[in-house]
Amino acid sequence: MGSIKDEDKKKEYEQYVNQVTPKNNLFVQMIKAFVVGGLICDLGQVILNYCKSQNMNKETAGAWCSLTLIFISVVLTGLNLYQKLVSFSGAGALVPITGFANSVAAPAIEYQKEGQVFGVGCKIFNIAGPVILYGVFISWLLGLIYWILKLMHVV
Amino acid sequence: MDYINAFWVGGLICAFCQILLEKTKMMPGRIMVLLVCSGAVLSFLNLYDPFADYAKAGASVPLLGFGHLLYQGVKEAVDKQGFIGLFTGGLRAGAAGTSGALIFGYLASLVFKPKMKD
Amino acid sequence: MNQIKGRQSTKFEKDVYILGCASVVGQKEGEGPLGDNFDKVVKDPMFGKKSWEEAESEMQAIAARLVLEKCQIKADDIRMVFAGDLLAQSIASCFGLVDLNRPLYGLFGACSTIGEAISLGAMAVAGGYANHVLSMTSSHFASVEKEFRFPLAYGNQKPPSSSWTVTGSGACVISSEKSNVKITGITSGKIVDFGLKDSQNMGACMAPAAADTISQNMADFDRNPGDYDRIITGDLGKIGREILIELMKQKGYDIRDNYLDCGMLIFDSNTQDTNAGGSGCGCAATVLASTLIPKLESGEWQRILFVPTGALMSKVSFFEGQSVPGIAQGVVLEYVGKEK
Repeated sequence: MGSIKDEDKKKEYEQYVNQVTPKNNLFVQMIKAFVVGGLICDLGQVILNYCKSQNMNKETAGAWCSLTLIFISVVLTGLNLYQKLVSFSGAGALVPITGFANSVAAPAIEYQKEGQVFGVGCKIFNIAGPVILYGVFISWLLGLIYWILKLMHVV
Repeated sequence: MDYINAFWVGGLICAFCQILLEKTKMMPGRIMVLLVCSGAVLSFLNLYDPFADYAKAGASVPLLGFGHLLYQGVKEAVDKQGFIGLFTGGLRAGAAGTSGALIFGYLASLVFKPKMKD
Repeated sequence: MNQIKGRQSTKFEKDVYILGCASVVGQKEGEGPLGDNFDKVVKDPMFGKKSWEEAESEMQAIAARLVLEKCQIKADDIRMVFAGDLLAQSIASCFGLVDLNRPLYGLFGACSTIGEAISLGAMAVAGGYANHVLSMTSSHFASVEKEFRFPLAYGNQKPPSSSWTVTGSGACVISSEKSNVKITGITSGKIVDFGLKDSQNMGACMAPAAADTISQNMADFDRNPGDYDRIITGDLGKIGREILIELMKQKGYDIRDNYLDCGMLIFDSNTQDTNAGGSGCGCAATVLASTLIPKLESGEWQRILFVPTGALMSKVSFFEGQSVPGIAQGVVLEYVGKEK
């Protein structure tokens, strides 16, 4: 007996495993994500509306909204509550900027034992790093295309 | 009205990502990257602004909005400063979110201890 | 005196006994179906230490002390220690056992480590190289999550196929000194890879290895499943269990009636939110020490095949797109009654 070398046989085993592995009810999970995600966005809307009532411009209001949501998420992460929300609603708590904040706060809290520099310092962006890297890179790339199109007087 | 639009648009984006999580075995980190990049692309194609006007927080709170923010930052910097704007615009626009996460995250590490899951 | 049996097994001619064993677990395990069986349940997940890794070391130190007490021997009576764990470079074992001041052979078998430790320990005693050997292992939910998955505070949804790493340490003293339980043979496991890459479905990754070792044990010893009171795997969980039964059926063996899995015994997945079941080196080790061996000691069972299973991967191999192969170490344990 032993290992399988044949790629087709490997696929067969994978398909068999898929058949016998139970999965979550997709519809129920989607509803939970929908509701929690929507509520978090509404919380953001409350903050935006308040900022507008204080006559802040769009940019400043947006910054306050992000900061407030991030702060709330970090506190909930520290209190071990944000994880429960993600466990329950999946993408509903992962997709909003609060999920991003959780992914920065969590390694910061966990790796403190390994020191300020090599623990927290090196690993704080363990999970969220790709978001910054690819966000900055792709906006640069698209910006480059925009700049070229401007040069060619297309835009 | 704002609240209803923000709710159902934001909720829909989350529901769609839930499908990705369940059906494709994509890890959460990858989904976050996908959202940020998609936001930047939609912004580049001028599709994000009308969408953001309608859904307000429903478009800005998801990470999709962060991508839009980054691209808009680059675009405005290019308009003002030319080529160098490509490098000065992005991170600056995303500064509030990035700094906030880093600073609050670090402060959290000083205040909270790692806790076991139950 | 031919101790070599078939292709992968060994039948010990010299008598090798399990003199005693001990188990230390965390709160969740203490609240599970086997809660009362464990020697010690510690509610503090840090075990009084400052980091998860130190906590796991402390757990091993406690388990080692307990098993020596139960066997009424001193650390100096132990000729050699076989131990390992899931952390990189097995630091939980290294730091946990340093105070024992006895020779150590550090092991890595992932969750099959207790099987490996007992097999090697039995070989040492059967070969006349030691009168008392300590075989042990451990796992800690927090240190394993941190090492292999995500920081604890990070939110993620665990699929139904995922397992819950047991916080626990199990230790056995293997000896030439008589007791009620004998290690009569072992079947050494090979790495078995069916190409699966899903690290959230460990049971499916490891089941082929379990099937390989169990069927090889049958062939080498010329036995049938019915010759064992129980065949017990380490942590295949709900899904791995189903797959194993099917794989064994394909080989012509029906194990449905006397097959158990430690991962399914240690937690109640209905109330403890543990999905497919328990996992980790500590899973098989603590269930063996707390529940399986006592049943042999009392004579309730006469002969069992204990097959802890391991998934051989690292974070690097996983991200580089490699599959998750499995390995399973078989140990035959028998009741020999109050010795004549």
